[in-house]
Amino acid sequence: MVNLIWVFMFVIGIVFAMFNGTIGAVNEAIFTGAKEAVTLCIGLISILVFWLGMMKIAENAGMLKILAKLFEPIVKRLFPEIPNEHPAMGYVLSNMIANMFGLGNAATPLGIKAMEEMKKLNNGSNEASRSMITFLAINTSSLTLIPTTVIAIRMNYNSANPTDIVGTTLLATMCSTIGAIIIDRYFHYRRSRKKDE
Amino acid sequence: MGIVSVISMWFIPVLIGFILIYGTFKRIPTYESFTEGGKEGIKIAVSIIPFLVGMLVAISVFRASGALDFLMGFIRPVLEAIGVPAEIAPLAFIRPISGTAALGLTSDLMATHGPDSFIGRLAATIQGSTDTTFYVLTVYFGAVGIKKMGDALKVGLLADLVGISAAIIVVTLVFGK
Repeated sequence: MVNLIWVFMFVIGIVFAMFNGTIGAVNEAIFTGAKEAVTLCIGLISILVFWLGMMKIAENAGMLKILAKLFEPIVKRLFPEIPNEHPAMGYVLSNMIANMFGLGNAATPLGIKAMEEMKKLNNGSNEASRSMITFLAINTSSLTLIPTTVIAIRMNYNSANPTDIVGTTLLATMCSTIGAIIIDRYFHYRRSRKKDE
Repeated sequence: MGIVSVISMWFIPVLIGFILIYGTFKRIPTYESFTEGGKEGIKIAVSIIPFLVGMLVAISVFRASGALDFLMGFIRPVLEAIGVPAEIAPLAFIRPISGTAALGLTSDLMATHGPDSFIGRLAATIQGSTDTTFYVLTVYFGAVGIKKMGDALKVGLLADLVGISAAIIVVTLVFGK
């Protein structure tokens, strides 16, 4: 699926440029796109090093376990494959909490650790497990309580009340997250039905 | 809203302070733990590079060639028919693919229509209530070496559809046209 989409974007883009006379822009896009990606990753190093360092202290001190125990009853229903008090649960929860507070930069390293733990639970397979799909479905639906970037842009354009979209954002986020969970469940049951046949 | 911005500002420093005090209290070698975890951060950031380069170059090529605009020409009437304002259509389409492009479009919409217009508020709500599905999948699956994504992409994109529809309905109900 991803392979096809990836090739599709390149091939259609190049073919389109031939007819559209935009081959110059495409040439430029190849290099600026690559540069943008590397710049983004280099920018991530500082944040990843700092937060993973902090989280290692939290992990060694047993904080993630406490956090996981606290919220486990709710989140357990979403991730039935993760055993009780497994570190994966702690990372999943701290990723969600960081996301809720709009700390996207802090959430990414935690999410990656959660994925690593879930991969271990899946015997190191290179296939996405059920928990991973659920976890990413929730992540892509966004969990933000306070959309800081958007508020900043609104301030930039002299909005009379930059924060008046917090309420609508919250409602829309709730809908998309609940939607993601339901859609994820549907696909899971479809998969397991296929396996049974 | 005063309280929310105060909490946002204090949250990170207080969290850091709490972790450090708790770690010391539990007699953890805090500084060594920090550097140990930090090393992992470098490894992860470097291992993501190929995934992001591949994805971002493909998206840039697709956009720069004009193919994205061309495709939008077809999708726009369909979206309009189901009640999506024409101005919002490109944003709704790009939001799951490229976070920076979507942010660019959002600020562009606010500059043209004003941040307190219906379009401006709708753009802000869409931007805030969905996430860049392609980026999230690329980074998370890339970092841990998952090659078979299963249903993740389908689920993510359908969830985006729910989020954008919800944003349109909620903003229309709350702020009116």
